[in-house]
Amino acid sequence: MEITVTVNGRSHRLDVSPNTLLVDILREQLRLTGTHVGCDTSQCGACTVHLNGDAVKSCTVLAGQADGASVVTIEGIGAVDDLHPMQAAFREHHALQCGFCTPGMIMAAIDLVEKSDHLDDAAVREGLEGNICRCTGYHNIVNAVLSVAEAKA
Amino acid sequence: MGNLPKAFGQSVRRKEDPRLITGAGRYTDDQQLPQQAWAAFVRSPIAHANIGEVDTSAALEHPGVVGVLTGAEFAASGLNDLACGWMIHSRNGDPMRVGEHPALASQRVRYVGEPVAVVVADSRQAARAAAELVMVDYDELPVVSDVEAAAAPDAVVLHDAAPGNQCYDWEIGNRDAVRKALDEAAHVTEIRLINNRLVPNAMEPRAVNASYDASRDRYTLYVASQNPHGLRMTLAAVIGFGPEHKIRVISEDVGGGFGSKAFNYAEEVVCMWAAKRLGRPVKWTAERSESFLTDAHGRDHITTARLAMDANHRITALDVSTHANLGAYLSTFGSLVPTYVYATLLSGQYDIPNIYANVVTRYTNTTPVDAYRGAGRPEAGYVVERLVDVAARELGIDPAEFRRQNFIRTFPHATPVEMTYDSGDFQAHLDKALDMIDAAGFEARREASRAEGKLRGLGIGCYIEAAGIGPSARLGKLGSGAGLWESAEIRVNPTGSVEVLTGCHSHGQSHETTYAQLVADRFGISVDDVEILHGDTDVVQFGMGTYGSRSGPVGLSAIDMACDKIVAKAEKIAAHLLNVPADTVTFEDGEFASEATNERLGFAEVALNAYTAHHFPTTEIEPGLKETTFFDPPDFNFPAGTHVCEVEVDPATGVVRIARFVAVDDFGVIGNPMVVEGQVHGGLVQGIGQALLEQARYDDYGQLLSGSYMDYCMPRADDVPDFDVGFTETRSTTNPLGMKGCGEAGSIGSPPAVINAICDALGIRHIDMPATPEKVWRAVTSAA
Repeated sequence: MEITVTVNGRSHRLDVSPNTLLVDILREQLRLTGTHVGCDTSQCGACTVHLNGDAVKSCTVLAGQADGASVVTIEGIGAVDDLHPMQAAFREHHALQCGFCTPGMIMAAIDLVEKSDHLDDAAVREGLEGNICRCTGYHNIVNAVLSVAEAKA
Repeated sequence: MGNLPKAFGQSVRRKEDPRLITGAGRYTDDQQLPQQAWAAFVRSPIAHANIGEVDTSAALEHPGVVGVLTGAEFAASGLNDLACGWMIHSRNGDPMRVGEHPALASQRVRYVGEPVAVVVADSRQAARAAAELVMVDYDELPVVSDVEAAAAPDAVVLHDAAPGNQCYDWEIGNRDAVRKALDEAAHVTEIRLINNRLVPNAMEPRAVNASYDASRDRYTLYVASQNPHGLRMTLAAVIGFGPEHKIRVISEDVGGGFGSKAFNYAEEVVCMWAAKRLGRPVKWTAERSESFLTDAHGRDHITTARLAMDANHRITALDVSTHANLGAYLSTFGSLVPTYVYATLLSGQYDIPNIYANVVTRYTNTTPVDAYRGAGRPEAGYVVERLVDVAARELGIDPAEFRRQNFIRTFPHATPVEMTYDSGDFQAHLDKALDMIDAAGFEARREASRAEGKLRGLGIGCYIEAAGIGPSARLGKLGSGAGLWESAEIRVNPTGSVEVLTGCHSHGQSHETTYAQLVADRFGISVDDVEILHGDTDVVQFGMGTYGSRSGPVGLSAIDMACDKIVAKAEKIAAHLLNVPADTVTFEDGEFASEATNERLGFAEVALNAYTAHHFPTTEIEPGLKETTFFDPPDFNFPAGTHVCEVEVDPATGVVRIARFVAVDDFGVIGNPMVVEGQVHGGLVQGIGQALLEQARYDDYGQLLSGSYMDYCMPRADDVPDFDVGFTETRSTTNPLGMKGCGEAGSIGSPPAVINAICDALGIRHIDMPATPEKVWRAVTSAA
């Protein structure tokens, strides 16, 4: 089947199978390898992207479901010389070590901050419950997210 | 030139981050090669069986399939078995008993997930679909998945070479002296502990992309590895893929390891073999369920231990008996973990004159067990710190005071179990940690909790570990198949910028930043003018990778010593440029100077002159500026610390909330406090995960019941608290920088701190990890 999907502002017409996953078209067809796959049960959140403005786990969205949609990945939110505030905060607060969960964590955190009026430590921890990090112990991730939330307030 | 602020010791922001936060990291699965094919493994769904007929015909007809290779074909390939790199001898002198371990099984499978065939296809999807079509007949055998059950006289035997499933029966220390001390003791505390089996769960699943270039007769292996050079050596010399110069191993960005990516796995061997057989690059990336089944697990000990004390509450002896589960096969360092990095740490921070440990290891129908963050040292720390805590409570003494009374206070200190601690101040971190957690205010907080119907407890974990394993000659005597030095090569470019090649490997540890900080200071240049190169055997000549908290004390020390050589040569060149005697030249803050002249030279000027070679006699001094060092540490270094945990337990639900957690560690000299604190945070959560949440559980059929993130409870952000981290400093004497390894400490001190706190809250003697709400609730109910 053929779908049309906008990824990071560019429209793509893609030939996909009915069982092709959104993460597969991102990584393998479009070669946007910043979005990672960490599990096969939509538990770890490494594959989190924005689909029509909502954070979703792209390993459990069928490519067909993204037909006509707008997708934003980690490659689409900022550049090395023009970082998104969440990217900058992750660096400033040492909120990443191996970096594998980081793109999904950043995409989930952006969504959390955008959609929350008031975030404290407990609310950030609950809001990021769907994203697993094995390196940082979360302490610095929470601080990074809170710093962006405070700057927004 | 010169006068840049010192970078080493500062929380410099990471050079790794710009690529990793923008999605530009290059992990193994991101590599796509021309003519790329994908592998899917056919794995045994049965824990123990003889293999009958393997029918590949349906799989071969599946669209897109390039080839299907079986264990029988692998057996005919001439390639050798996977091997263990450390020889342990039993106490009767016999060498450990090792059975076969082919990369693809052809005769018999011994754990669920063991590979028996591989399908290679044009796409990942086609490979996985076709793998489902391979029909394997299994003739089922009895199963044993528990280490104590494996010792039963009628237990099924996994390997003919290992009767009773025993790999070795090893001992250390003086048994007779310990027995005598136990007989004469005023008090003896005995405890039985289970150290729960864990799954490492690096977030990047293991991945391999192997290719073979027939025109050059050369393999290239992209692999998510912590130890690319060790892996190449193994693939060449042990497995038999030919000489090392015909194999290139590349481990670029690696998404966490925690030990689990330091080993030689079947998939690496099979993908290389298949790539040559089929003439296509072969990529395999584990699905998470494959990671659960095939990444080497950690821990899995059952231990009985006795602590003897005299009438003055001085510890006089420790007697330890441990049964360790090795899984179905010996993994790369599987034999080492329960011996020389476990029982050698049983003295903890205490002056114990007599120690004896007996360790019996057995094979079971489970995933192989190997090093996982801490590797043996968390198991030892848990035994010692639980035992000390229970003893103090039995004696009616404050657990902190009991520890103080028995601390080692003079260094160096030789324990009865092989190690000599070079430096430390155990009282200093205990005092600081108790102060930071406000231990003085604890009783008031306990009362406040009680008023709300909650139970509050305080627990201490005083750990010591041995990091930066060495020296090589001693390790060889203890059974190591390899040396454990580290290499460094420094290339100063003509413009004065620097490349540093290290044999260590960063998979989250921040070497690109901390290593650059030291080198920048040594040469008086900017951190941005230093590039750290690692993880490619064509770039770095040799190295031993990263595990065992060795990259600071061993890897960075090698770099420091190579810097010495660069400076020494540059001073000679500067002497010619300044036209002064060589022995009058000094180098400080990036400037060469001499008392014989007012003229000064910058580092870049001398670097350029080293390459133009116009102004010094090249018969005496070679052109260029590049130096190499191999540093073999004279001994381990001994990080130590005190972790204190305060919990609040809801007796109605059994839920444990960590109210406060303080870690104070002595890592000697610290290169980047931000990075070191991050290492501590991560280790703490892995330790807290072990104490409260995580458990790899098998049923009697050898099926892994906790084989996904639905069933295996990984710590998430809302399971853990904020941490209060502090440091004390005593310099290590076993490396020139005075550093002690910081990578594993968090996972060693925290499990006993958490369990001691829960026992304190509940007023019970012991609870096994993980202290899940159900277990805690049962303990509350039966204590009432």
